[in-house]
Amino acid sequence: MITPTATPLSISGYSLLALFFQFLDSFGFIVLATVGLAIIFGMMGVINLAHGEFILIGVYGTALAYHAGAPLPLGMVAGVIAATAFGVVVERTIVRHFYDRLLDSMVATWGLALVVSQLLLIVFGSSLDSISTPLGNVSYGPYSSSVYSSVLLPAIAVCVLAGLYALFTRTTFGIKARATIEDPETARAMGIDTDRMYVATFAIGSALAGLTGALYAPALGSITPNRGNTFLVEAFVAVVVGGQSVILGTLAASGVLSVFNATGSFLFGTFVGQMLLLLVAIVALRVLPDGITGYVDDWQQRRRAEE
Amino acid sequence: MSTPQDINVRQKPAVAATGGGVDTILATKRLTKNFGGLTAVDGVDFSVDEGEIRCLIGPNGAGKSTLLELITGQLSPSAGDVYFDGHDLTGMDTHARIDTGISVKFQSPHVYENLTVAENLRVPLQRADGDTDGVLAETLDRIALEAKADTGASDLSHGEKQRLEIGMAVTLDPALMLLDEPVAGMSIEETADVANLIRSLHDDGMTFVVVEHDMEFVRQISDRVTVLNQGSIFRQGPIEEIEADEDVRRIYLGENA
Repeated sequence: MITPTATPLSISGYSLLALFFQFLDSFGFIVLATVGLAIIFGMMGVINLAHGEFILIGVYGTALAYHAGAPLPLGMVAGVIAATAFGVVVERTIVRHFYDRLLDSMVATWGLALVVSQLLLIVFGSSLDSISTPLGNVSYGPYSSSVYSSVLLPAIAVCVLAGLYALFTRTTFGIKARATIEDPETARAMGIDTDRMYVATFAIGSALAGLTGALYAPALGSITPNRGNTFLVEAFVAVVVGGQSVILGTLAASGVLSVFNATGSFLFGTFVGQMLLLLVAIVALRVLPDGITGYVDDWQQRRRAEE
Repeated sequence: MSTPQDINVRQKPAVAATGGGVDTILATKRLTKNFGGLTAVDGVDFSVDEGEIRCLIGPNGAGKSTLLELITGQLSPSAGDVYFDGHDLTGMDTHARIDTGISVKFQSPHVYENLTVAENLRVPLQRADGDTDGVLAETLDRIALEAKADTGASDLSHGEKQRLEIGMAVTLDPALMLLDEPVAGMSIEETADVANLIRSLHDDGMTFVVVEHDMEFVRQISDRVTVLNQGSIFRQGPIEEIEADEDVRRIYLGENA
């Protein structure tokens, strides 16, 4: 987070640096909030509106383990495991009935989201104690930025995207997963247990949601059962703007959206930044109904047709 | 085509002998499939010996593709059983049947258009412990697509897609390969390539069941022919006998004359 103490509109090297850190902060947040949702949408045609609650389970798992005395990194591992286990159970009991039924999947998972956040409220009360952000701040001129959320988290976000790219293009698992998504019947004829691929893909999406929750647990301030929405809104917007391509779509949408979000937040405060993000999303959808990657695909196909 | 190499061929242990010294690798017992009021496959006892190339012919709607889909488990039978290589396949999922050593190539090309040729071949490549790169290289060589390993499958010709799909089935290292019209829509040269490919795999010990309309192709590859008509086995025997049979000519070959 950025704490501007001088008039923000005065342009100086310091304010550009602060804007850059704000951009990194926003970029890391949108990427990490989005990847889990993007994988499940891109690979399985399901929009998981309980995605925010999956992240929240990562947050709660981390916070509960930390408050019980575990070191923070161990608490984070607990958060990831909790979200992954929850994801596998949800896939087997609910989501598997909704593959490629986009609207039905949204209603079902929205219901699930309400149930989870109410359960968290009933079991753990209206809030958990916050966890102090590690690594401290770096100060420059009149500004200071959090090393954790403006440097470490964006770096982790980039690593997560690179890791996913390698997983889905370089490994046999990734190729089988893409084959299952493109044509499940042929995949079965090739000896692939498609049910298992669906569970595995959903588990990866859930684990990433858990990781996001774990990483943001010490950067949220107060931990309340409704914090899931913070993540879901930006993730949903980024997925829609990015389009069907999981990694490139997430990268492109996060880049574009965080430029506007960071600039708006930096100049006029976080509320304006948030408004600007939604506004850009609406305009982007009007101009690019299939998202950024859908537009790039169309353009490539047209160019190939011309050749 | 490449010289046969053992790396991609399962060494079959002998299954229970059926009396004549030749082992039955595939058998259906009273296999039946009803679609509403229509009986597509009607009490079929179909058996294939290990190491043969069996062609399935018959008029459109005779139940040939349905029979293959019952064997692979894409359709579940209304009655009857399927046995393969000592396994009772009845009720098993398709992927589990594939694991017992069956491969199938569908009628229409089913290659993955979004993947490259090499990636397509890696889809069925299960045995992570084995020499996957070696199998990949050997299969590319067999289907004569080495030069196009990194080409997107959507850029292949029709004949190349068919060869790639046979290659995908070969990568599974099956004992039995089911092919549904593998040369449909192919040129004479492409058809000859596929016939050579099938013969070279057969020389390595693979058993084939091939559904085909192209009688010239059937003559090139097959040992024995089964004629299906109206969901039942109509005739079965060596290709010369089948082609000479008056009744077969009337119900099926007549339409080509």
